[in-house]
Amino acid sequence: MAPPIESRSSEATGPAPVDDLPMVARQGRIDTASRAALLILAAAALGLPFILQALGSSYYLSFASRIVIYAIAATSLNLVLGYAGLVSFGHAAFVGLGAYATGILISEGVVGGGWHLLATVAVTGLAAAVIGAISLRTRGVYFIMITLAFAQMLYYLANSMKGYGGDEGLNIRARSLFGFGAIAYDLKNPSALYYTALAALGASLLALDRFGPSRMGRAVVALRDDDVRAEALGFPTFRLKLVVFVVAGVLGGIAGALSVNLQGYVSPNVLHWTQSGTLMVMVILGGVATVWGGLIGAAALLLLQEMLSAYTDHWEFWTGWVLLAVVLFARRGLVGLAAGLRSPRARTG
Amino acid sequence: MPSVLLIEQTLNGLQFGLMLFLLAAGLTLVFGVMDMINLAHGSLYMIGAFLAAWLVGLTGSFVIGVLGAVGLTGLFGMALEAALLRTLYARDHLSQVLATFALILILNDGVKMLFGTDLPLSAPAALSGPVELLPGLQYPAYRLLILGVGSALAIALYLLVQKTRMGALVRAGASNRAMATAMGTNISALFTLVFGIGAALCAVAGALLGPLLAVQVGMGENILILAFVVIVIGGIGSIRGALVGSVLVGCIDTLGRTGLQQLFREFLPAQWASAAGPAIASIAVYVFMAVVLAVRPQGLFPART
Amino acid sequence: MNNAASASAAIAASTTALLEVRGLEKRFGALVATDRVDLSVRAGEVHALIGPNGAGKTTLVAQLGGQLTSDHGRIVFDGTDITRLSPHQRAHRGLARSFQITRLFRSATVIENTALAVQALSGHSFGAWRPVRRDVALFAEARRILAEVGLEGKASLGVEQLSHGERRALEVGLALAGRPRLVLLDEPMAGLGPDESAWMERLIDGIRTRTAVLLIEHDVEAVFRLADRVSVLVGGRLIATGTPAAIRRDVKVVGAYLGDDESLHDRAVAGDSS
Repeated sequence: MAPPIESRSSEATGPAPVDDLPMVARQGRIDTASRAALLILAAAALGLPFILQALGSSYYLSFASRIVIYAIAATSLNLVLGYAGLVSFGHAAFVGLGAYATGILISEGVVGGGWHLLATVAVTGLAAAVIGAISLRTRGVYFIMITLAFAQMLYYLANSMKGYGGDEGLNIRARSLFGFGAIAYDLKNPSALYYTALAALGASLLALDRFGPSRMGRAVVALRDDDVRAEALGFPTFRLKLVVFVVAGVLGGIAGALSVNLQGYVSPNVLHWTQSGTLMVMVILGGVATVWGGLIGAAALLLLQEMLSAYTDHWEFWTGWVLLAVVLFARRGLVGLAAGLRSPRARTG
Repeated sequence: MPSVLLIEQTLNGLQFGLMLFLLAAGLTLVFGVMDMINLAHGSLYMIGAFLAAWLVGLTGSFVIGVLGAVGLTGLFGMALEAALLRTLYARDHLSQVLATFALILILNDGVKMLFGTDLPLSAPAALSGPVELLPGLQYPAYRLLILGVGSALAIALYLLVQKTRMGALVRAGASNRAMATAMGTNISALFTLVFGIGAALCAVAGALLGPLLAVQVGMGENILILAFVVIVIGGIGSIRGALVGSVLVGCIDTLGRTGLQQLFREFLPAQWASAAGPAIASIAVYVFMAVVLAVRPQGLFPART
Repeated sequence: MNNAASASAAIAASTTALLEVRGLEKRFGALVATDRVDLSVRAGEVHALIGPNGAGKTTLVAQLGGQLTSDHGRIVFDGTDITRLSPHQRAHRGLARSFQITRLFRSATVIENTALAVQALSGHSFGAWRPVRRDVALFAEARRILAEVGLEGKASLGVEQLSHGERRALEVGLALAGRPRLVLLDEPMAGLGPDESAWMERLIDGIRTRTAVLLIEHDVEAVFRLADRVSVLVGGRLIATGTPAAIRRDVKVVGAYLGDDESLHDRAVAGDSS
C-alpha cells in the first residue's frame, strides 16, 4: 500500500530525516569561563591592528579582514542553512551582487559609503525577495537546484557585462567613503576597513544570538524540523522562510560590499557555485545553527588554507582531507566538537 | 539561419547532449537509488579525460587510451564507493555535500600533482577530416564518432535498465528506496557496480570530449551543474528522463549559443553579440529548468511514486 | 476566548454542521482516492471515519487539513469556505489535525514542542529579539496542555526519550494546544497498548464538548463506544453514515468492512446495538 501522501511536496511521507542537526544552542547563563574567553577574544579582535602594526605585518591585517568578511557571509548562510534548514546553493549570488553593486558605483565615480550601503541593501534585498518567492515554493533537491540556477544565471550575467570587466573582473581604485561632517572615514585605510567589518560581524552575531531563542527563531527551527507540522499548527511557514531568506541575502550582500573594498576587485567567480560551496563548507565545518559557527568555520578554513600553502602548493589537497575527517568524525562541526570536549554528557541544547 | 548551419548545429547539440547523458545517467541512478548528492561526479569525468590523455600519449593509440581510461575510472569509481561513499548513504544531504565537496578538492589537486594542470588530447588522425553527410553538408568525422558512441551507449543502457534483472533491481530501487534496502543480499554489491558503471560512463564522456573541450583541472565543475540540471528536468532516478533532458539541454545550449549570436548580430554591436549570445544561452538552460519545474515539479519522467 | 462561546452556541444549535464537506474529489492519475465525498461534523460530536486499509481516509484528512489540494468539491468550516485556504490559515480558524505518523520537533524538548503549538496561535511569530522562554503565560499554557495529556513529568526531556505511547500523546496534545473547535485525529491509537488506548479513549471522550472530533481509527470497538456518528469510507467512497448502531446493522458496511470479523458480523445480524 502506498504511504499516505500528506504534503504538497513530492517526498514527505514523514518528517524529514535530520540526523546530524544539533539542538539550537541554549543561551543560558554564560558561565564565567566562557565570559572570560569572550572578553579576551573581543579585546584581541579590537586590538589586532595595533598588535600587527607593532609586529610590522600589514598583510595579516588584510588577512584578518578577509576572515571577518567571510565570517559575515558564512553567518548569513548559517541563518538560511542552519536555522531554517534551507540548503541554498546560490548564496554566493548575494555576496556577488553586493560586491558588484558597490564596485559598479565606485567605478562610476560614486564613492559615498552611504550610497553603497543603500544600493547593496536594495539590490540584494530585491533579488533575494524575488528569488526566494519563486524558490521557496519548492522543496528538497528542487530547492537546491533552483537556487543554484538563479546563482548561475547571475554568474553568466556578470560574465557578459563587458562594460564592467566581463569575465576578467572589475578593478576599482577608490573605496567606500563615509563622511561624518569634517571626519572622513575611508575604507582604503586597512584599519578602518577592519573595524567596519568587525562592527558588522559583531552586530550580526548579536542579532543571531537574540534570534535563536526568540519567537521567530523558535518558529524557524520548528519549520526546519518539520515544515508540514509547523504549518499545520498555524505558523505561516512560507512568510517566515522568505523573511529569513531576504535577511540572509542582504547580510551576504553587505559582506560582498566589504569584500570589494578589501580586494579592490570583483569578478564573476565570486558568484560561481563553487563559492557557494565554500561558504557551505564553512558553515558546516563551524557548526550549523550555532551563533559562532560561521565565524569559526570561516576562520578555520582560511587559516588552514593559509598554513598549508606556506608548506605546500597543494593545500587544496590537504584541506580536502581535513574536511573529510570533519564530516566523518565530527558530525556537529567544530562548535559541536568543542562542546563535546568540554562536557561529554552535556547536550548542546 | 541557413539550413545547413542549422543541421550542423543541431548535430552538435545532439552530440553534446549525448555526452551530457553519460554523466547524467550515472548521477541520476546514484541520486535516485542511493539518495546521495555526489558533487564529485564531475571529477570522475575529469579523471577519465586525464587518464585518456595520458594513456594515448603513452601508447599512441586512441582506442587503447580511451578504453583503458574507461576501465581504470570504472575501477576507481568502485573503489571510491566501497571505501568512502557508502558510509555517506545514511547521512543527511548536507554531510554528503561537504564530503563530496572535499572530494573535489582532493581529486582536483591530486590530478594536478600527477599530471599537471592540463594534458593535450587530440582526436585520432584518421578521424580528423570532415565527412560529407549531404550535398553541401560537411561534418567532422570525429563528432560523428561521438554521436555513434553516445547513441550506442544510450541504447545499451536502456536495454540494461529495462531488460535485465539487474536493471529491474535498479529501477525498483530508484522508485522506492525502502524496498531496495529490504531486498536483502548483495544490494551493496549492486550499488558498487552501479557506481562503477556511472564512473565508466563519465570517463567515456571525458575522453571523447577531451579533444573538443580541452583536458584541464576543474573541467568537471562546469559540466556537473549541467548534469544536475538535466536530471532535475528529466526526473530523478529516470534514465529515460536523463536522456530526454540531456538532448534538450544540449540542443538549447548549442543552438542558443550560435542562434542567438546570429540574431543579436542583426541588432547589436559585434562585441556585445558575441558576449550576449553565450550568456543568454547559458541562462536559457536554467530558465528552461525553472519552467519545467513550475509545470511538472517531479521532472518530465519521474521514477519515484 | 471566543472558542468557548461559539462552542456552547454551536451545541445549542447542534443540528448546524461545524464542518461540511460537499462532493470532495481527489485523483492520483487513474486512482480515485476521494470519490465525491459528502461529510459533516457537528459541534460537540465525535464523528468517526472507518474503513479498510487503502480506503483513502488519510488522503481525505489531508484535504481537510489543507496539506493536499482537492480536485473538486468544497469544504465549509463554520460557514466559511476554506477549500482554498492553506493549513496555517485553517489552524487559525480553529481547525487542527494530528498525524498518523508522529510528527514532533526533534530540536525541542517536550515542553518546547507544546510551547510552539501555543505560540503558533497566539500573536505573530516575527519577533526576533525577546527570548520566548520569558513569556510566562505561554509556558504556563504549555504546561497545562502537558498536564492534560499526562506528560507534565516529562517536560524537559527530548522527544526521542519518550516512549511510543507518550509520543502519540504529545502528538495529540500539539493538535489540541490552540483549543481548536474541530480536531482531525488520524489514528491516534496507532501502536498503543490496551492501557494506553483506553487512556486515549478517555481523552477523546473528555474533549468532545469543547472540541468536535473527526476520528480516524481502526479499533472498531473503541470507535463504536466513542462515536456519536460513524462514516464508512471504502475505495474512496462514503458508503454509509449513521449512528454506531445503524452502521453495525448496515448490510453494505458489514459486507464491505465489518464482514471479516465474525463476532461483529453475528452481532450485527442479531441486531445487537451494544
